[in-house]
Amino acid sequence: MDLAMPAESRPKRTALYSTHQAAGARMMEFGGWEMPIEYAGITQEHLAVRQRAGLFDVSHMGEIAVRGPRALAFLQSITCNDVSRLSDHQAQYSALMYPQGSAVDDCVIHRMGENDYFICVNAANTRKDFDWLADHNSVGAELENVSSQYSQLALQGPKAAAILGKVTGADLASIRTYWFTPAQCCGVVGILARTGYTGEDGFEFYFSPEHSEGVWNALLDAGKDEGVQPVGLGARNTLRLEAGYALYGHELDENTTLLEANLGWICKLDKGEFLGRGALLKQREQGVGKKLVGFEMAEAGIARDGYAVWIEGEKAGQVTSGSPAPFLKKNIGLAYVPPAAAQPGHEFMIEIRQRKVRARQVILPFYRRPK
Amino acid sequence: MYPEEFQYTKDHEWIRLDGDTGTIGITDHAQKELGDIVYVELPNSGEEVIAAETFGTVESVKAVSEVFSPVTGKITAVNSKLQEHPELLNSDPHAGAWLIRVLISDPKELEGLMSSEEYEAYIQEAESS
Repeated sequence: MDLAMPAESRPKRTALYSTHQAAGARMMEFGGWEMPIEYAGITQEHLAVRQRAGLFDVSHMGEIAVRGPRALAFLQSITCNDVSRLSDHQAQYSALMYPQGSAVDDCVIHRMGENDYFICVNAANTRKDFDWLADHNSVGAELENVSSQYSQLALQGPKAAAILGKVTGADLASIRTYWFTPAQCCGVVGILARTGYTGEDGFEFYFSPEHSEGVWNALLDAGKDEGVQPVGLGARNTLRLEAGYALYGHELDENTTLLEANLGWICKLDKGEFLGRGALLKQREQGVGKKLVGFEMAEAGIARDGYAVWIEGEKAGQVTSGSPAPFLKKNIGLAYVPPAAAQPGHEFMIEIRQRKVRARQVILPFYRRPK
Repeated sequence: MYPEEFQYTKDHEWIRLDGDTGTIGITDHAQKELGDIVYVELPNSGEEVIAAETFGTVESVKAVSEVFSPVTGKITAVNSKLQEHPELLNSDPHAGAWLIRVLISDPKELEGLMSSEEYEAYIQEAESS
C-alpha cells in the first residue's frame, strides 16, 4: 500500500465494500469511491433490472440538508426547477446552477417539510456542491452535508414493489413516482422514495449506515423468488443510457446549458429570479450553441464516450455517452451536434479509431418501460 | 488450464505454432477480465501484422481492448465466426475463438514469449498484487 498517499486521494468505500468483495464483485474507482462495477456481468445485471429486479449500492451519492425559514428562498435562488411546487414528501429532479445557465450538478430535491429539505447529489460532486451552496447562501439557510449519515440502496425493476412489500409496512401503492415517505424497511427506519435512475419502477431507501449489511442481505433474501440480483455501476450506466438520462460529466458540465442538454423541462423560468436564469432566457431567445441528440449505430461498430462526430466531412460534435444497449440489443449513444444538424432520422459519422462509421439520430428516450 | 503447446504474451495473447504458421488468440484470463464480449474488430486476410503492435480490438460492454500481435508476418486467415458470435471469445478463447492465422516471417520472435507454466505464474502474481 502507498502510505505516502494523502487521505483525500485514497478512494472512499461504502459500508458494503466487504459484502461486495465477498460476492465476487469487480471493484473499480469511480468519483473518488471504490465501487462494484459488476457481479455476474453487466449484461445479465442489466436484463435482471428490466425483467425482474436489481439491487444497487448507491451509498456513494451525497446528501445535503437545507433547513430553516430561509430554506425555500435559498433553494429557489440556486436551482432551476420550482421548489415551491413541492408538497411535503414530494421530490423533483433539478440542477444546482452556474450563472452561465449550466449545472454545478444535477440532483433530486426532497421536501421533508416546510423548512426541511434534502438534496441527493452525485458522488463525485458532493464536496463541490456543498461549497457552491455555502458560497451562495447570502439569505442564511441552514446547510449541512449529511452524506455520512446515510447509506442508500436502490431496488429497481418491475418486481421491485412486490419484493419491497414483503419487508415494509409502508403502503407502496400510495407512493407515486417522485414521492417518498419515512418508513421502516427490513426493520430499519429510513426514507423510502419512489425514485431511480434506470427507467424502471423502483425505490431508493436512505438509512443509517450501520444497518447496511442487514438491509442489503434482507432485500436480496426477500427477492429470491422474484429473481433479484445485485447490480453494479456498469449496468447502472447502461440502464440510464437506454432511458436517456444525463450523467454529470458527460451530458452535463459547466460549459453546457440546461437548454442544450434537453433539460428545459426542469427550468421554470417564470418562477422568479435564480442563478443562471438570465443566460437561459437569452439562449431561449437567441438559440443554443449545440444540441444533445440520441443516436443508434447504422453500421457495425460501437461509439464510446468522447468519440468525434463528423458531419459533411467536418468534425462537428462529440459523443458524450456511447455503449452497447443490452436490452435493446443495439449500439446507442448521446452526442452534442450543431443545432441545425439535430433532427431525428438524420445521419452523421462517428470516428471510431481509424474509421468513420454511420450513425442515425433517434427520438429519445431509447427505452420507455411498458405501462 | 493453459495449453502447453501455446506460447503466451504479457498482454494475454496466445500463439500456437504449426510449421511456419501461427494461430493467435486471447487467453482465458483476458476474456475473464473483459467480461461479456460484444464486438470484435479484426483486419483482413493478406494484411501485415507487426510484433508488439495492435492488429485489432475486442470490446466488452464497458471497454475497448486492443489486441497485440506476438509476431511479424502476413495474415492468411481471419476467424469470421467472431463477427456474428463475439461471445465465443468468452466460451472458447483457446480453440474455437482464435482470431487470426499468420505466416511468420521471423521465428526468432517466439523466443521472448512465455510457456504455459510461466504464463500461469505470471497471472497468479498479477492477481495477488
